[in-house]
Amino acid sequence: MVSPHWEHFHHESDIGVRGQGPTLETAFEQAAHALTAVITEEPVSPRSIVEISLESPDLEFLLVDWLNALIFDMATRSMLFCRFEVELDGTHLKAKAWGEPVSVEKHHPAVEVKGATLSELKVQQLQDGDWLAQCVVDV
Amino acid sequence: MEFSLFKRLSKYEWLVEPFGNMRVPAILFASEKLLDDMDHKVYEQATNVACLPGIQKASYAMPDAHWGYGFPIGGVAAFDPDEGGVISAGGVGFDISCGVRTMHTGLTREDVEPVKEQLAEALYRKVPAGVGSRGLISLSPDEMDAMLSGGARWAVRKGYGTKKDLEMIEEQGCMGGALPEEVSLQAKKRQKNEMGTLGSGNHYLEVQEVVKVFDAEIAEVYQICEGDLVVTVHCGSRGLGHQIGTEFLKSMALSAAQFGIKLPDRELACAPIHSDLGKSYLGAMRGGMNCALANRQIITHLVREAFAGVLPKAELEILYDVSHNTCKLETHAIDGNPKQLFVHRKGATRAFGPGHPDIPEIYRSVGQPVLIGGTMGTASYILAGTRESMDLAFGSAVHGAGRSMSRHQALKKWRGRAVIEDLAGRGIIIRSPSQRGVAEEAPGAYKDVSSVVEAADQAHLARKVARLEPLVCVKG
Repeated sequence: MVSPHWEHFHHESDIGVRGQGPTLETAFEQAAHALTAVITEEPVSPRSIVEISLESPDLEFLLVDWLNALIFDMATRSMLFCRFEVELDGTHLKAKAWGEPVSVEKHHPAVEVKGATLSELKVQQLQDGDWLAQCVVDV
Repeated sequence: MEFSLFKRLSKYEWLVEPFGNMRVPAILFASEKLLDDMDHKVYEQATNVACLPGIQKASYAMPDAHWGYGFPIGGVAAFDPDEGGVISAGGVGFDISCGVRTMHTGLTREDVEPVKEQLAEALYRKVPAGVGSRGLISLSPDEMDAMLSGGARWAVRKGYGTKKDLEMIEEQGCMGGALPEEVSLQAKKRQKNEMGTLGSGNHYLEVQEVVKVFDAEIAEVYQICEGDLVVTVHCGSRGLGHQIGTEFLKSMALSAAQFGIKLPDRELACAPIHSDLGKSYLGAMRGGMNCALANRQIITHLVREAFAGVLPKAELEILYDVSHNTCKLETHAIDGNPKQLFVHRKGATRAFGPGHPDIPEIYRSVGQPVLIGGTMGTASYILAGTRESMDLAFGSAVHGAGRSMSRHQALKKWRGRAVIEDLAGRGIIIRSPSQRGVAEEAPGAYKDVSSVVEAADQAHLARKVARLEPLVCVKG
């Protein structure tokens, strides 16, 4: 097992987000960090909080719905998020996301994310017990 | 890609005979070099599309094809609703009706050079670009529905442009059959403050010079000469289109089994055109198309305002407006008989040839303008639809250079400031809210647009008319 972490993975025209952690919850949280990093590498402050509640047909759709809920809140609230707390009960997700209004001066945002896709979509437990949650996002 | 996968039909046409569940062949248009460089995923995705119910003739990929979502980007496929044909959210893409609009300016380089910096600044200030940017118009629920039904016609009614503009837009600026009630409240909320914004990523606004005319006769009809300056906008349906795509991709993926559709890839999510879900998507997607047309119309108005402040003698008239992420109902000949088909173009431009009734009268003798976006450091092209294209790929051609390198790789290789300075050294001014965004969109991260255009020309998908090079580029 390793500590929770995230990374981006290769896609020809867009970008893949991957979260990994000792629990499914941490993998989902890390995938959300990877999503923010598509947009900015600058620090984001946890100045306000958004609550998200979702139910999906399976865990893979739950990941896509989770990332799309964040994309929707980023777009409609003009926010970026930096801290996430995910609670899972089967295919029900309850989460808190902390962040602040996006600022061109502070965050130098590179690109907005249009949506999470079903490409390279995987939510699975690895042999070492860690959980992995990933998909490609369209930018 | 391995050449052995294909039967070569001509120098630029590569066929995959149907195998497995393929209902029709797949045909890729490319030069040897472009095919060699193309990702194997394009082959997989083009052959997967060939498995979908109701597909006609073949599943096509254009010379700029690259790995997409379910459909390849650069994919073209037509479906007959009466043969169980489907409509696919992935086959249109997230950025519904993303497209290119080019405007004449009546100016030359000599007019602009002395005030180039001022003009770049005025355009950058007028047209909101980049992440988190907000448009000047906020739509009420009623206005939102009127915009979704009316497209650029709605925008002109609101005072953004003139009736004359509408003649130079595909569908005369308004996609019929839009159903605003099928667009979710979330999608409308996402769009509320995004009208008249450029977006980010590969979206841009450029002042360009016509540096080379290849076909003088067609160029004359399009009213362009070497030395003319034009303005080109590349953007789409903003948050509304993205949200429609997101929602329908999921509902189509979940209901495919219920319709008895076996998807070779979940991303090919689709629904029968005659189903409730298919009709619902079609109505919402047409609303998304109108949103893109209204958006480019408002941006046109803002560009005119910017020019009026710096170069009042400029006269910005639309040359043409094309969309390259669409599904449209069109008539095409199948085995010599006309049929009404739903043609998906995902990262492909409509390229109707001479005589087609859907082309503005003034262009009808030579075929519709096909506007191809390049990258900020290289070039863009104007092509013309051909008669042959109607038979080759349902009257379709390429849409742009297409990435050759991921954003991640680009970011490792270039720094935004260096890219901007390098381009400045070549007389190209870049304005962007994000240096990282500029690095990710560095010209070197794209395929050579000229080779893509050359292949489209040689394959007779469209005819090369003129090459444009940028002077000013506003990047989202």
